[in-house]
Amino acid sequence: MTMSNSATLATPIGGLYHRRRIANKLALSLALGAAGFGLFWLVAILWTLLYNGLSAINLSLFTENTPPPGGEGGLLNAIFGSVVMTAVATAVGTPVGVMAGTYLAEFGRNTKLAEVVRFINDVLLSAPSIMVGLFVYEVLVVRMGHFSAWAGAMALAVLVIPVVVRTTEDMLKLVPNSLREAAAALGAPQWKVITMVAYRAARNGMITGMLLAVARISGETAPLLFTALNNQFWSADMNAPMANLPVVIFQYAMSPYEDWRQLAWGGALLITVAILLLNIGARLLAGLGTTRK
Amino acid sequence: MTMTHMDANSPTHGSHQMPPGMLAGTATGTAAERAIAGAGLPEKISVRNLDFFYDGYRALKSISLPLYDRQVTAFIGPSGCGKSTLLRILNRMYDLYPKQVATGEVMLDGVNILSPKQDLNLLRARVGMVFQKPTPFPMSIYDNIAFGVKLYEKLSRADMDERVEFSLRRAALWDEVKDKLRQNGMSLSGGQQQRLCIARAIAVKPSVLLLDEPTSALDPISTAKCEELIDELRSDYCIAIVTHNMQQAARISNFTAFMYLGELIEFGNTEEIFTNPTKEKTSEYITGRFG
Repeated sequence: MTMSNSATLATPIGGLYHRRRIANKLALSLALGAAGFGLFWLVAILWTLLYNGLSAINLSLFTENTPPPGGEGGLLNAIFGSVVMTAVATAVGTPVGVMAGTYLAEFGRNTKLAEVVRFINDVLLSAPSIMVGLFVYEVLVVRMGHFSAWAGAMALAVLVIPVVVRTTEDMLKLVPNSLREAAAALGAPQWKVITMVAYRAARNGMITGMLLAVARISGETAPLLFTALNNQFWSADMNAPMANLPVVIFQYAMSPYEDWRQLAWGGALLITVAILLLNIGARLLAGLGTTRK
Repeated sequence: MTMTHMDANSPTHGSHQMPPGMLAGTATGTAAERAIAGAGLPEKISVRNLDFFYDGYRALKSISLPLYDRQVTAFIGPSGCGKSTLLRILNRMYDLYPKQVATGEVMLDGVNILSPKQDLNLLRARVGMVFQKPTPFPMSIYDNIAFGVKLYEKLSRADMDERVEFSLRRAALWDEVKDKLRQNGMSLSGGQQQRLCIARAIAVKPSVLLLDEPTSALDPISTAKCEELIDELRSDYCIAIVTHNMQQAARISNFTAFMYLGELIEFGNTEEIFTNPTKEKTSEYITGRFG
């Protein structure tokens, strides 16, 4: 039976089979080539960054403020500014994003309003960050009359919100309805069902979303150019312009001074490593979430 | 087994219940049998002329039946006959979803729970439910049980410990988990998870337990344990169980309601339903000729 089958199959399909094999190999090599091409540039960028940036990494990078041209210095004020503004932006944007995401996933299911909110959020998610910078410039900087770290943090917060809204909604939607029913069946009011059961079940995913949002904003330059501007000196005053890594990199990399460009390489390496770590952390957490199910 | 059990229980709990003959007036052809089935027993829940609609589709048609206190009532019938729907009305689970409407009366201890004035959370604290698939919350075994208790009671640490132990013992799970109460509830096996869910339901001290195919996702040994458990819980609760397994219904229930296409075809003593059903449809179903 099987013998006769293979005998009858072998002859007429032989040619077709070979063509398929060739097409398969061709498609495979094209895909591999494309992947290799993409990876090559990624590796090239990382390698250049490491090659140029590593030599800039030393203790004074973390202990001294940005220098005037020709002077000795580091990136302390810029690192501090970036961390502070990112932290404030996350602290402001995450609760808003979580609440909006909760509305979309829990309260507003199948409502028109939720659809509209979801659509607007998706638009915001892909909005160019320079527009967010201009918006905050109009709303905050112009009214206050000066650049400030608050404005910078608010611009970054606007970028955090859509990411957190999206991941919160997606993660809550993954929580099986049976879990909500089980909690409701014990007499739990809806807000307890959400905060004590649904959030717990979705926690890893939601933290992942927050980390991805932090990773996204920590490299943003455009929104800060219009808001926090930059500061050559140490400043912890949220009402004044504040130094930050992306803008310092932007200014120093474009400068004619070799030592400034060297600092820019160091800053770029720092940001890249930080974002890489955030992404790895997010991955690990997301992985934890799936294995526990 | 069922008859002696019923008789032993009947005189003690009649205080605030409907008189058992009450249904005779509202029911149709089977009124006589129903009045006989369980005569003298206190009705914990009386369903009267219940209709249910999913977005306009009539899924239940004029259902009337009693659920007796400290008895197990099984809902059987082919898939889609409305038995789960009926169960989910008894704690108004359907209220979680829009476009689902129930009309008629469901009296629990003499109060119509379908009334819009009924507080749903308080109702659900009194009418516990266990689902088909085990649904442990993503928290420790201890917290799984404490979750429901904390909603309505403020217990001291020691009292809470006691309640957790009581519930786990009642659900025949204590010996298996007493050394790992801080472990995540999701780390338990399927059968243990389901007993955890039963313990969680018992912990809030309900008077009614609704079981929606509680053993259909379990292996035979876990199923046997759950059935034993249900048999023990019988003495304290009014239990309603939906099951696809007719042997299970015959084993554990005192009364059986056979449903078909949204209608209650027959309600009666489990023994009578299984040995001497009055309706053709019932006998066809229990002998496996359809469904």
